[in-house]
Amino acid sequence: MIAFVLRRLASAVPTLFIVVTISFFLMRFAPGGPFNLERPLPPATMENLVRTYQLDQPLWRQYVTYITNAVTGDFGPSYIYKDNTVAELIGKGLPYSMELGFYALLLALIGGVTMGTVAALRQNSALDFSIMSLATVGTTVPNFVVGPVLTLIFAIALSWLPAGGWGDGSLRFLILPMIALALPQLAVFARLTRGSMIEALHADHIRTARAYGLPSRVVVVTHAMRGAMLPVVSYLAPCAAALLTGSAVVETIFTIPGVGRYFVLGAINRDYTLVMGTVILIAIFVIVFNLLVDILYGLLDPRVRHD
Amino acid sequence: MTDLAATPMHEAPKTASRSLFQLALIRFRRNKAAMAGCVMLLLIALFSFVGPLFVPHTYDQVFSSYVTVPPSLQPRPDISTLQEVMEGVAARARVNLDAFAVDGQTFTATISADEPIDPRATRYFDRANEFRETTVAATENDGRVLKLTGQVNREYFPFGTDPNGRDLLARVMLGGQISIAVGLLASLVSLGIGVVYGATSGYIGGRVDNVMMRFVEILYSLPFVFLVVVLVVFFGRSFVLIFLVIGAVEWLDMARIVRGQTLALKRREFVGAAQALGLTDWQIIRRHIIPNTIGPVIVFVTVVVPKVILLESFLSFLGLGVQAPLTSWGALISEGANNIQSAPWLLIFPSIFFVATLFSLNFVGDGLRDAFDPKDR
Amino acid sequence: MADKNETILAIRDLKVDFTTPDGTVNAVKGIDLDVRAGETLAVVGESGSGKSQTMMGIMGLLARNGAVTGSASYRGRELIGLPPAELNKVRGAKVTMIFQEPMTSLDPLYPIGRQIAEPIVHHRGGTYKDARKRVLELLELVGIPEPGRRIDSYPHELSGGQRQRVMIAMALANDPDILIADEPTTALDVTIQAQILKLLRSLQERFGMAIVLITHDLGIVRHFAERVAVMRRGQVVEQGTTADIFERPTSDYTKMLLAAEPHGRKAAPADTAPIILEGRDVVVDYRIGGGLFSGGKAMFRAVDRVTVRLREGQTIGIVGESGSGKSTLGRALLRLIPGAGYYRFGTTDISGYDRARMRPLRKAMQLVFQDPYGSLSPRQTVGEVITEGLLVHEPDLGRAERDRRAIAALKEVGLDPDARNRYPHEFSGGQRQRIAIARAMILKPKVVILDEPTSALDRSVQGQVIDLLRTLQQSHSLSYIFISHDLSVVRAMSDYVVVMKDGRIVEEGETDLIFEAPADAYTKALIGAAFHI
Repeated sequence: MIAFVLRRLASAVPTLFIVVTISFFLMRFAPGGPFNLERPLPPATMENLVRTYQLDQPLWRQYVTYITNAVTGDFGPSYIYKDNTVAELIGKGLPYSMELGFYALLLALIGGVTMGTVAALRQNSALDFSIMSLATVGTTVPNFVVGPVLTLIFAIALSWLPAGGWGDGSLRFLILPMIALALPQLAVFARLTRGSMIEALHADHIRTARAYGLPSRVVVVTHAMRGAMLPVVSYLAPCAAALLTGSAVVETIFTIPGVGRYFVLGAINRDYTLVMGTVILIAIFVIVFNLLVDILYGLLDPRVRHD
Repeated sequence: MTDLAATPMHEAPKTASRSLFQLALIRFRRNKAAMAGCVMLLLIALFSFVGPLFVPHTYDQVFSSYVTVPPSLQPRPDISTLQEVMEGVAARARVNLDAFAVDGQTFTATISADEPIDPRATRYFDRANEFRETTVAATENDGRVLKLTGQVNREYFPFGTDPNGRDLLARVMLGGQISIAVGLLASLVSLGIGVVYGATSGYIGGRVDNVMMRFVEILYSLPFVFLVVVLVVFFGRSFVLIFLVIGAVEWLDMARIVRGQTLALKRREFVGAAQALGLTDWQIIRRHIIPNTIGPVIVFVTVVVPKVILLESFLSFLGLGVQAPLTSWGALISEGANNIQSAPWLLIFPSIFFVATLFSLNFVGDGLRDAFDPKDR
Repeated sequence: MADKNETILAIRDLKVDFTTPDGTVNAVKGIDLDVRAGETLAVVGESGSGKSQTMMGIMGLLARNGAVTGSASYRGRELIGLPPAELNKVRGAKVTMIFQEPMTSLDPLYPIGRQIAEPIVHHRGGTYKDARKRVLELLELVGIPEPGRRIDSYPHELSGGQRQRVMIAMALANDPDILIADEPTTALDVTIQAQILKLLRSLQERFGMAIVLITHDLGIVRHFAERVAVMRRGQVVEQGTTADIFERPTSDYTKMLLAAEPHGRKAAPADTAPIILEGRDVVVDYRIGGGLFSGGKAMFRAVDRVTVRLREGQTIGIVGESGSGKSTLGRALLRLIPGAGYYRFGTTDISGYDRARMRPLRKAMQLVFQDPYGSLSPRQTVGEVITEGLLVHEPDLGRAERDRRAIAALKEVGLDPDARNRYPHEFSGGQRQRIAIARAMILKPKVVILDEPTSALDRSVQGQVIDLLRTLQQSHSLSYIFISHDLSVVRAMSDYVVVMKDGRIVEEGETDLIFEAPADAYTKALIGAAFHI
């Protein structure tokens, strides 16, 4: 098991490296730079800035510098948030994004799996139909619609919950963004669970379990559910990585000080180092969660044990 | 025994011969939700593409007198507003307004003064935005009382207007055109790249397949939003580039699906039979592989189209979509979200169309999946 | 011992219906059947006869769209219409079942020991720990080696035969009254099949349960059953003792089934007949595993130095169990997969030929596959399927001429020429196999490799296809290589037999010689394991 984890982590290094390289050059080949503002800066200031950030160096040298620094954990200063390094910005924002993302993940996973299972067991019933309609709403209505609508109803019309901000971090502030963040993923989990559950219930070994007079609760929970969870577990990796690294849309709508916004802001403003920092952050999350999920998968399915 | 849903196949078929594709269509037509989705999509497409012919306003026409007016089926300005305007005009023309009535697009007014009124006073009326072609219908009391008739410029804004005074109805129609076009074109781009890439990778197999799929994996681990944002920033924000960019990002899933299909098909005996007949690789891909991937690919396209529309609207939400005065549903929704307290209709109308489209596509996709389900042959 | 005259399961007017989008399908149309204590009752029929659905209906295992009506009383207790909780007291305890697919009938996620223990725990109470001793006994009983170690194995770690043994252990766990075996050996190799059937018989002798054997294989029926019910299209057409049914069948259908057993022999061609296809020291290696960056590529030798010489007009039967390399050999001989060795077609050395150089020769060397469902592209009409080869080999032919040849080819294989405008899915398995044969025959080949051409077909259809292949061989003086695991078909078709095991030839010789006096131990086991009517 340890050998497997080490092997996987080792193979993640080249992937991460390629991701960083592609992002670096893609970013640099895009026209414009961090200091091409709407009102041009005086040439002297511009030159000064360019020199300070070593943007006058040849591209390959900048690349080498970036990589060598990044390996030591130095992701450089942000170009827009001039007083902060990228590491500081991410360090500040990530706890917010992760906390929110964690609750959203829990909601999506528990809610989605429960709903999907119920729908599969009552296939083609009214309950199934209503659950799946809700799931369809979840997948089709984007969260930048859900967010404002939730605000309109619960914050403005009913005044039950705050319209945005982190406040003291209490649950009241988290509920609306959590729902907006979780809803699309909840819908995916519900559909995924329903589909794989229906398939699992049709499996030959389920027929065996029924033929041997096992109570239907046992048939469903021990035999069908465990197999049906495999695709759900696979989806967990990209889902968790996406939720925990913050969402630009939800953080913007609910003014949450997370890292999700940096990504888009950085890209638009050509804040090279900030974008690179978030790219690396997301890539690491994806790699780590893929690994965790593979381990979990191995625990669930004896056919893919890693030993 | 696995043929639980056994259909009688012993007798030679007597009915008209039907290809699997036709059978799938028949199954599809039986699916009420999917057919309703089709009708809905058709209506929305008609609304977006044909609708503008029936709306007198263009999407970029600015009505400075009607900024952020709420939706109403009544024409604007309403009667009391007109009355006020008319009173103002009368005051400017130094006449008394005795009577004023509006009937559809025409108005009648009776004005009087102590002195006989110069008929040229009608010019004062035409000067107001709201009235035109004012003429004297009758003169009474030696010209001291004039009966005027004329046309009223009344505008219908069933969806209201936006903060720039543009007709939301026309803009929702335009947004529909752009969103639907981006959805279809980007899906076609992703379809093209994905099918060729996936079929090649899957059919050639071996080392080539390994390298090609490794490349896809790396692209997968690039944060996908980043790629889009960078590409959009890189290429600029023209309509054509937006769907190219989205298509260029969305082909990964398509390539994986087609590759999977191809690998499965390669093991099927009819491909072996074709090899035994001496067909070349290209003939096999063209005659056997591609026709047999059509079912799953069509199904997948119905998944991609809403995804692409969502992505485009996401870009618009971030301010990276098509540029004003062009717009898309996503851009409209984003504007609406910003004005949610003062003008909720700006959010509601584009959202209704947007959600209805995605909902319908979803049902159509589900219907197609059921219709093409190979287990149901 | 149980009283063999006591009826323990009485089935009366049992009907099973399926609701499909195309209307209701009556799978079982009101049958009467008795199962007596301790007997072996065989329910025989071809695919679609309703033999499985009858038992599924009684056990409450029908698919969602299925419904069962009528009566089935087990020792006076009506089973039809029983709520699941009540039915669960009977199934798995008094009436148990084993299935055709040992690969999928067990839950892949749990160790076999736990799965065997499950019915014990649920019907008798107690814990899994208590049940463990009983499970070990059962594994010992069904002949699983090293039960102490195997008890914690997962299904995928066992072979097909072992999994079926595990299923049998599960079936025996609660000392059942009736064991329903639904095609228990169909998915297994013949030698394994014989072992499993022997096991079932010895267990029956020991424990005295009744066995309901659902099968399509009359050979098995004759050797194992005491009574037989023959089913066709949802009805029982005949039932009686095994001897009566086999010696004095009354219904035409039973007679036809019995006659469908392949018969006849093929005379060998003259020794002077020229060799048309030869493969000398054929070796085929497969690479298994090994990705782009990972090392450790394991090689698997599928065919190991095999030599085959096919004379004009000859039929060589290649016999072997799954994994013996017989299909791989067939494809290697046609140069469809790369292999080492010397290859000759007629007088041409084709050893070093690549795909392009082989292409003109393909016309003369054709291949017919096992699965008539998979070998025809579902998106082409039958006409397109069978004329595809003409596009490659006679590209100058006009549409009308191609059509004329398609009509001729369809007539030759006994199909209505109108078939060419239809799609493969509209035809039955036997008809599809005829289409596949027409596709090969339209090119007027000299050599045809038949890879299990009859294995997926019902016996009655098998006979027709074999007759067709024989007729075609005579009228076109074809040479066949006939690959099959089915000894009776090979015996009827070929004049020379090659027996393969693990990629090697273990024995070869003239058909009668091999069957009458096999020399090799494996050949003996193989022939001994086959059941004939």
